[in-house]
Amino acid sequence: MELNSITYSKAKLRRRKFVNALMLSLCVVSALITIIPLIYIFFYTTGAGLSSLNLDFFTELPKPVGEEGGGMANAIVGTLILIGIGSVIGIPIGIMSGIYVAEYSKQLFANIIKFLTDVLTGIPSIIIGIFVYGIIVLPMKKFSALAGGVALGILMIPTITRITEEMFKLVPMSLREASLALGVSRWRTTVSIVLRTALSGIITGILLAIARAAGETAPLLFTAFGNSFWSSSLDEPISSIPVQIFNYAISPYEEWHNKAWAGAFILISLVFVINLIVRIITRQKYENTV
Amino acid sequence: MTKTEKKPGIVTRNLNVTFNGVPAIENIDLELHRNTVTAVIGPSGCGKSTFLRALNLMHDMTPKCKVTGQITILDKEITEYTGVELRKRVGMIFQKPNPFPDMSIFDNVISGWKLSGMHNKKFYNEIAEKALRNSDLWDEVKDRLKEPAISLSGGQQQRLCIARTLAVEPYIILMDEPTSALDPISTQNVENTIYRLKSEYTFIIVTHNMQQAARISDVTAFFYLGKLVEVGSTRKIFTNPDEKLTEDYVSGKFG
Repeated sequence: MELNSITYSKAKLRRRKFVNALMLSLCVVSALITIIPLIYIFFYTTGAGLSSLNLDFFTELPKPVGEEGGGMANAIVGTLILIGIGSVIGIPIGIMSGIYVAEYSKQLFANIIKFLTDVLTGIPSIIIGIFVYGIIVLPMKKFSALAGGVALGILMIPTITRITEEMFKLVPMSLREASLALGVSRWRTTVSIVLRTALSGIITGILLAIARAAGETAPLLFTAFGNSFWSSSLDEPISSIPVQIFNYAISPYEEWHNKAWAGAFILISLVFVINLIVRIITRQKYENTV
Repeated sequence: MTKTEKKPGIVTRNLNVTFNGVPAIENIDLELHRNTVTAVIGPSGCGKSTFLRALNLMHDMTPKCKVTGQITILDKEITEYTGVELRKRVGMIFQKPNPFPDMSIFDNVISGWKLSGMHNKKFYNEIAEKALRNSDLWDEVKDRLKEPAISLSGGQQQRLCIARTLAVEPYIILMDEPTSALDPISTQNVENTIYRLKSEYTFIIVTHNMQQAARISDVTAFFYLGKLVEVGSTRKIFTNPDEKLTEDYVSGKFG
């Protein structure tokens, strides 16, 4: 077939080139819109937060209004405790339910669980806060670190379940068969071969779930509540960075606003560092498999 | 039970396997003797692998797969074994080499023991060396046992998988097209290994390669469309089979 037997007009070609250029530039603009807020937030909080950040911020308790100085030591420790409780609840339940769905359950049941975890992921976190308020705060008749941790744990479960399941699915069937064919039991194959192979992916999911939970404010408002002092036990209200930021930000005092910015900077740094760790872990994973 | 007795290692009676209700193999009656190499040949989809996987209960893993009939392994009904007990006696080598990717060469060889909870390191070295020597891999890897298994070539990986299976000291070794993913030299290495080990083990090899069946097997079973057409000494099957279908297949008229 000769080339000029393909019919095309110059005008049509010009139009196609124009549409192509237009669509491509829209994509570029969209990509910029995606990252600009992040860059803006990052630089703004760094600028506003860094100035009121000092050693006292990490070691001192909040000071009452009017007094200079003070810090968020109790909120930083509080967030770590809340994440700790959340992890103790969310990680084992998330991983085990993921393993069950991926390895053992019947297809129908697996699909039901998958659907429900997707729904759970989409439920606004404040509703989880209300739920925990109902099942823990009301019976105990007080706000507590325990309730806050449970709320964060429930938030973490669907993410970890799904990523465990996805990572288990990526482990080739041939590895399971290789292990079983050696006379290794099913549960040992699941733990020592499949879980081990999927582990770096699962850790990635766990870190992302933690990063998400660390910044949650809404579910902590009616559970952990907040505390201006060191909390002595898990059945006492406990301070956390996001709630502290919230309380400071809605206050009318300039000094507190600056503290809120510093807290925001700490939170963003935490999420940033966790994502960086995730990057490093996943990069190693790919290097190993190639 | 001594390993050198010339009596059946595997007997199947009226063996049927169905997937989703569709039969994959039907009414297979076979007697496979100890310390012989049996080749299972036949065109794609004839049920060779299905038959093989029934012998170490691998179908248990497959949903909607049903195995009926009688299988006797080493004078015991297959139903009397648990999966773990059976697979310690009946090892399996797969088509694609499947070493555990995040384990070293050494750890791969002893994985069958280690994962079954035997923790005696002195014993490990002995087992690993013996198994690697038996699979003709020792000289190539003895200085790099701690390196990852996936650093080996495909042929070496397959011999590592054989070493891993030998380390568990099974009586029977099932091989599902063990050389179809390998180059000719690696294939020859694996075949040599089988040839050398057949006095100690019972091999059942599914193969697409008729020359391979002719080279290494004592007995050949020909499957077609889920049925056993003919079984006999390899020489007979390849030179003077009873069935016309067998003759057509081994002479390359179809397949």
